[in-house]
Parts: sequence; C-alpha cells; structure tokens
Amino acid sequence: MSRAMNRKEGLPRIESAGLDGWMVRLFERIDEENLAWLGALARRCEAEFGAMLVDLVPSYTTLLVVFDPLRLSPASARQRLAALLVDLEPETVAAGGEVRELPTWYDPSVGPDLERVARHAGMSVEAVIDCHAGREYRVFALGFAPGFAFMGLLDERLEVPRLDTPRQKVPVNSVAIAGRQTAAYPAVSPGGWNLLGRTAAHLFDRDREGFSLLKVGDRVRFVPVDRATFERQGGDATPVECHK
Amino acid sequence: MSKYTVIGLRVEHAGPLALLQDAGRFGVRRLGVTQGGPADLHGWAWANRLVDNAWGTPALEITFGGLKLVAERDLTIAVAGGDLSATLEGRPLPLWQPVSLREGQALAFAAPRNGLRAYLAVAGGFQAEPVLGSVSCVVREGLGGFDGRGGKLADGDRLAVTADAGRRVQEKRVPAAECPDYASPATLALLPGAQVADFTGDSLFAAFNRPWRVDDRADRMGVRLTGPKLTCRIGSLISEGIGLGAVQVPPDGQPIALLNDRQTIGGYPRLGALTPLSASRLAQCLPGQEVRLAATTLERALSGQRRFRDAMAG
Repeated sequence: MSRAMNRKEGLPRIESAGLDGWMVRLFERIDEENLAWLGALARRCEAEFGAMLVDLVPSYTTLLVVFDPLRLSPASARQRLAALLVDLEPETVAAGGEVRELPTWYDPSVGPDLERVARHAGMSVEAVIDCHAGREYRVFALGFAPGFAFMGLLDERLEVPRLDTPRQKVPVNSVAIAGRQTAAYPAVSPGGWNLLGRTAAHLFDRDREGFSLLKVGDRVRFVPVDRATFERQGGDATPVECHK
Repeated sequence: MSKYTVIGLRVEHAGPLALLQDAGRFGVRRLGVTQGGPADLHGWAWANRLVDNAWGTPALEITFGGLKLVAERDLTIAVAGGDLSATLEGRPLPLWQPVSLREGQALAFAAPRNGLRAYLAVAGGFQAEPVLGSVSCVVREGLGGFDGRGGKLADGDRLAVTADAGRRVQEKRVPAAECPDYASPATLALLPGAQVADFTGDSLFAAFNRPWRVDDRADRMGVRLTGPKLTCRIGSLISEGIGLGAVQVPPDGQPIALLNDRQTIGGYPRLGALTPLSASRLAQCLPGQEVRLAATTLERALSGQRRFRDAMAG
C-alpha cells in the first residue's frame, strides 16, 4: 500500500471484531487525508461484498466491515478484505464528499457557552464566531445519535474541554464544540459539548433520501445568519434555558 | 404496511417495556443509527418459528412483564424466551409451543420467573410501517415500533396483524436443549479482540477465570458486569465502530457488554466480542446473576451460529 499507510506502524491491519465483522485499521492518527482512503475502501467493500455486506461503519481511522457470516465465512471475508487493501488508492478530491452550508444563529440565548468560550480563548464573542465560521470542516464520523456528525478540526484557539456536568437536554440543532471538534445536535439529547448557537438546517429526516444531511467525508461550513433570517429559514429561537 | 392489516390485540396494561422488533435495522449504521432488533435473538427466532413465520418477522419483545393484552380476533400465537409468568385467561400459558387465542381472551405477563425477556409472535407477524428499512423499535432514537416514532407499547394501543393471523400451524416440539434455564450460571463465549494483549496478565487471568455479576445498570444498549478490576494499558482509543456483543472496558475496569441499541462508535478498549448467541443469553440475565467469560474461536462460534440458523430454517 502507499505512503499514507505508514508501514512501520504495521498498517493497514485487519482486526477481529466479532463473528460478523472485521475492523480495518488504516491509520493511527486523526487526519483529513484519512477520509479519501477510508472512502475508497468503503466503495470497494460495497462492490466486492454486494448483498453479503450488512453494514459499514467508517470512523476517524478505521472502517468496521459487517457481513453475513452464514453466507461468507469470516476467513473468506478477511481474505477478500486483504486483497482489497493491496492496491488501494485514495479517492480523488472531487469524490471527497458534498459541500454543505449550515446557516447558524450565534447568540448567547441559543449558545449559552459563547461567552465562556470567548473568555477561555481570550477573544471577543465576535472573534469566536468569526473563528468558528471561518473554516471548512470535514465530517470524520457519525455516531452518538442518528445524524450526529463529528467534524473537525477546530482552530486550536477554540479548544475547550467538555462541560464538567453534561446538560440533561441539549435543544435540537444546537451547534457545539468540544476539544478540536464541532457538531450540531440532530435531536434533543443529553450532551456535554459547549453550545455556541443553533442551525436552521434539517440534520436528520426519516423521509429524506439518505436520511442524514451530513455524511462521512462531507465538507461543512457554518454560515452566520441573524435572528430574522434564522427564523425565516425555520429555525427555533426558543432560548436554551426554556428547554429544561 | 399491507392493506390486509387488521387489529389483532388491544393493550390493556402496557407494563414497563414492550417493543416491536424485527431482525434489526441494517445498512444505516454509518449514519449513526443503531442496529436495534431483539436483544435475545434466540428466543425471538423460536417464537416466530413456532408459528411458521419467516426469519425477520416482527414480534413483541416483552421485558419484565406487567403487560396485559386482549385478543380482538382469533389468533395463533407462540411465546418463547424468558418465562414472565404468562397466563391465558388466568391459567398458565404453555411456552415454546403454538397456542390458539380466541377473540376476547386475555393474555397477561406478570413478572420474571426465569429470564428477563419474553417474545410473543403471532402467525403472519405484527404489522407496522418500516422506518429506515425496519420496524425495530429504538426508543432513544425515536425510530420504529407500531407508531414509527420509537414508542414502546402504551395503554390502549391496538396492534395490527395480518388477516390470516388465526391460521393453523403445525405442532412442533422444541428440543429441550433449545429452551434454556436462564437462571443457571451462564458461560458467555467471547472472541478475543485486537486490544486483548493490552490488558495486564493478571487482568486477563481474572477476566476468564473469575465470576462476573450482572449489574442493575443493564438495558438494551449494554450490560455492565461487576467483578475484579481489569487494567488495560491504553485508556481510550480514537472512536471506532462497535460490533454486537463487544465487551468494552472503561477506566473503572468494569466491563460493559454492548447489545442491540448500543451507540454505533465508541472509544474504550475491548476484551473482544461475545458471540451473537452469548449476547442473547446475557440479555436474559437478571441483575445479580453470575456469568463467566470463556474465550472461543471463530470456527466454534460459526458452527454454533450455523446450527442455530439451520434449526430456524428446518
């Protein structure tokens, strides 16, 4: 395999993940470049395994391949995976995911951690917003909840730890940061991330083709909008404290 | 949903947790959507098999009991899995065999006597609109179930079945070995995983030689086991996909076996993964029950799974 798979680290590796799965470990570290490789492997698995493929779970450095062990023995599945890895090439940039814009209203009423994050970063609230909205993020993984996309990497200056005590109820569509990642909550849930604002985007919709707005590999921008625009786009401006 | 749907049962008391489950929701885990499906695949599959339903037919998973149903028409049913002191018109309901239910008769599940989850299948299956390809009910995600919104059964619900839910089925005998005594100490088969060598030698010895107690922190997401503290040289990993039955060990050293409603990705090191049948067995254990972990091989796990699925197809 290639330069990007550091052979000294013994990568890629195919690891046991139970009777019906193999974990393909391609990288040791989180990096945007991983996405093109993981995407290429996912595509190959779909073509190779066809109807014997049960699920694929891509994450930062790995691809979990779940298959039907009664139709394809674990040993044969492993062999096939090993063969897919031999001449794997990364996807080209053009195939590297959709570009998505998330209109976001940054305001302390819906982003109650804005001011604390600003103090922590030694920046003004405006600068925090500019900084968060000022770069394109990649979706590294979906998990935690349907449509919950882990995106990165955040500007180092905005790196703040999770809350000591998670909120019981984070309102739907809250835009949040933790560590060097950012996300938007597709549904009401408990959560310990720092809330900066709220998006008007529909993140998860059971009636939409593909269900989740964001998918692994997508390129995402948060676009600041004012309250009037946010509400016109269907955003819910109810303050966080009223969601308890 | 088929237009030949009719109401088969009325829910008089819903009890704490009764959920509609087909085989599970597949192909959408990359969107962060969990697998769902019956926590005890074995009991669920037998209930369906006993009324001649195909693999994957939706059946009810009844946890703890407290459920009372009234037949709105003649039905052929079977209950398998845990013994929740089920009665038909006040008399003990025979388990692991097809039973005829007459219109107006009451079927009640009281409390666990052996095991934790009972499976109620009706000939032709329960009917509901699939969501993301499955009717499996995942309350946390608001997906599936009779209402399509992840709702567990509620008082007054009317449960849809097919028009031939009263059809006759062939009498069957379930081999005694297929009806587990869930209260007996269980040995859970585990396929060692990639981080197994990162646990200390003492911890590995303890993991496979000491008894574990099922904690009361147990649900369809996972079951916590308490016992000797296990030490892993790595505290956490970069989050990665989690398979059914994965046994993860957080820094407190007490393992958690992950079941059907687990999160799709996670970052704790793992001892390995229980076989699907061992995960099913664990899902029938009550808090306080003792279990042991035993390492197994892919070959043995596969032949066990084949025997089980062959029995369901036969």
